[in-house]
Amino acid sequence: MTAPSKEFMEMKQEAIQMTGAEAVIRSLLEEGVETIFGYPGGAIMPVYDALYDFKEQVRHILTRHEQGVVHAAQGYARVTGKVGVCFATSGPGATNLITGIADAMIDSTPLVCITGQVASPLLGTDAFQESDVVGISMPVTKWNYQITTPEEIPTAIAQAFYIAHSGRPGPVLLDLTKDAQFGKFDFSYKCCEKIRSYVPEFPLDKENLKNAAGLIDGAKKPFLLFGQGVILSGAERELQEFIEKAGIPAAGTLLGLSALDSDHKLHTGMLGMHGNYGPNIKTNECDVLIAVGMRFDDRVTGDVKRYARQAKVIHLEIDPSEIDKIIKADVAVLGDAKKSLRMLTRLVKKQEHKEWVNEFHQAAGIEMEKVIQRDLFPAKAGLTMGEVVRMASELTNNHSVVVADVGQNQMAAARYSKFTQTRSHISSGGLGTMGFGLPAAIGAKIGAPDREVVAFVGDGGLQMTIQELGTIAQEHLPVKVVVLNNHFLGMVRQWQQLFFEHRYSFTEMVNPDFVKIAEGFGIPGKQVTTRQELQVAMKEMIGHPGPYLLDVLVEKEDNIFPMVPSGASVSDILLSAEE
Amino acid sequence: MKEEFIISAYSENHIGLLNRITIIFTRRKVNIESLTVSESALRGISKFTIVVSEERSRVENIVKQIEKQVDVLKAYFHRNDEMIFQEIALYKVPTQALMESDLIERIVRQHNARILEITKDYTVIEKTGHKEETQELFEGLNRFGVLQFIRSGRVAITRSANERLSEFLAERDALLASIEMKSN
Ligand SMILES: Cc1ncc(C[n+]2csc(CCOP(=O)(O)OP(=O)(O)O)c2C)c(N)n1
Repeated sequence: MTAPSKEFMEMKQEAIQMTGAEAVIRSLLEEGVETIFGYPGGAIMPVYDALYDFKEQVRHILTRHEQGVVHAAQGYARVTGKVGVCFATSGPGATNLITGIADAMIDSTPLVCITGQVASPLLGTDAFQESDVVGISMPVTKWNYQITTPEEIPTAIAQAFYIAHSGRPGPVLLDLTKDAQFGKFDFSYKCCEKIRSYVPEFPLDKENLKNAAGLIDGAKKPFLLFGQGVILSGAERELQEFIEKAGIPAAGTLLGLSALDSDHKLHTGMLGMHGNYGPNIKTNECDVLIAVGMRFDDRVTGDVKRYARQAKVIHLEIDPSEIDKIIKADVAVLGDAKKSLRMLTRLVKKQEHKEWVNEFHQAAGIEMEKVIQRDLFPAKAGLTMGEVVRMASELTNNHSVVVADVGQNQMAAARYSKFTQTRSHISSGGLGTMGFGLPAAIGAKIGAPDREVVAFVGDGGLQMTIQELGTIAQEHLPVKVVVLNNHFLGMVRQWQQLFFEHRYSFTEMVNPDFVKIAEGFGIPGKQVTTRQELQVAMKEMIGHPGPYLLDVLVEKEDNIFPMVPSGASVSDILLSAEE
Repeated sequence: MKEEFIISAYSENHIGLLNRITIIFTRRKVNIESLTVSESALRGISKFTIVVSEERSRVENIVKQIEKQVDVLKAYFHRNDEMIFQEIALYKVPTQALMESDLIERIVRQHNARILEITKDYTVIEKTGHKEETQELFEGLNRFGVLQFIRSGRVAITRSANERLSEFLAERDALLASIEMKSN
């Protein structure tokens, strides 16, 4: 955080007169905001004008599309744990944010989006660039509010930040009319500490933690599932201490990845449709299932009627509406994961479940033989997504922030990257938003400037937000973009092959020369087609001080396995198309 | 199995909250049978009373989603027999019919309804009760031709605990004070 200037501190002593627009910027500074992602337009011009005087205190990133604004803010929020801040104008600017806001909502990402709005006397008149963004965003925001007078600005912003980051985080939208930006008032700021109608988290549930500990102590085959809740509450160490003491094998959801070191001896891999073999089949063999900060998404559970029926379920969760929503919990522990896990570790007996853990190793052996081997060491000449991802991971000592788009590339990135640090895997989970990857990588790089940021994107997804190469170039962001180029909407093609009798209905793509496009933006790049070239080019990319685009032509019709076909049980996971 | 439930929610009196609450139903394709919003015993706190016919587990889920809204203080749901509830209905009949037979007046008295206003052209009758009761009166009066009929949403009060919202707010304050929050 930039220290407030002396002059600013003096001004703070007494409330001082200023415009609403300036108050917006000063309020953000009070919240410790260092970076704003935005795109200007008529209805938010007063705020942009005020921003002109604060160029030293806050960095503004001009993207190329408002979808880029919001995904970049998401990437920033996900690597830093801070609130991502977005500016957009009214009408089309605001509606362009919606996809990203919906994405942030379902993935619990804290955002404060400030949209300009027509002047309050014009509300509801179909004025130029008026859209009911409060109405439109209602289902996809944790909270939203329309500000029509300057006096409301400090309180609304303070509440917005408090709501966005507390409890289960989420996106908040403030719609700010133009007259509220122009109007003058006496500014003073106070951070929000509580809202009486809002309980962000519940106090430690000692009773149920005791019950949980009892179940865990008696379990022969306990299994733990960790979700993003662990990362959001900063409970990574507590998670590790708990599983180590109780000797419990663990697996992560897609969004939980990187909460636990990939090579930790109790880390058994990823859950879900394209997750690892062991965690999926063992879900239906364990006797106690401990879910921490995860919500039993259908891509994790497969058929819920055939999901962990044999197990007693313990659910540690901050959001009461997630309890019993999909899977009924035998013991539900409401509260913050960090606090709950810390207490649970104290309560449980020290144990080892050697044979049980061994069963996971055996399952991993099967997956290695049937899937991983051919992904990482293919006998064929064609490149696989898996080997590209693993190479990038190894060349960055498994320290990079991995950003993925959506589709096969996303699953390869999740399966074959290794993580040694938390908040290292940024991907659109709940919404599965193609086009997320490139802008999210921008935010990730800004949030973690000292870390290597590698974005894996498909040729389809890249073209949804390819214009953000312009943002990367303008901001000189050393983001490494790896295009896993199969000339197909790969994941859809995979489904067409497996479930629609090879009827490739509109999934083949004629692509532009991505390297030339990057060059047009002033970003160097290379296209590779062979294993030998890949090694050299990947090293060159990692060694390059600026942004770089590597277009890797991979096997055109390769599939991601294992796979739990949709509607199937997790125990019916397929290891190949032949099964 | 679907059953009738009464959902009650207490909230801050904020613009847009009604929309936030109704979209929870819309999204799940659950029909709202009736909806009433009014100020509660405490100034500035609104009370929503929503009647739905749904499976219990779905209602549980919906109530949690309502309570999850930042501006909602508390949401409950009850079976009909756990609450005292009423609806109010207004009926407009031609005064002519009233004049021609004393049957209408008898029906009104039998149903414990009352006459609100009589003009040369029409008479307005009011009845409070459960839906079946107001419906029964409608059938009775309609023999004479009901010109207009309107029924309100349900209002309901629990049988068990009394509506001590002030106590709830004090408890809430204590709860919020007890949570040491993580800092951003
Ligand atoms: C905005 C959006 N539109 C459509 C989809 C449906 N979809 C999921 S994966 C996929 C294919 C992605 O193709 P590509 O980006 O080339 O990646 P690949 O699967 O080949 O790695 C599509 C179309 C989506 N997830 N998001």
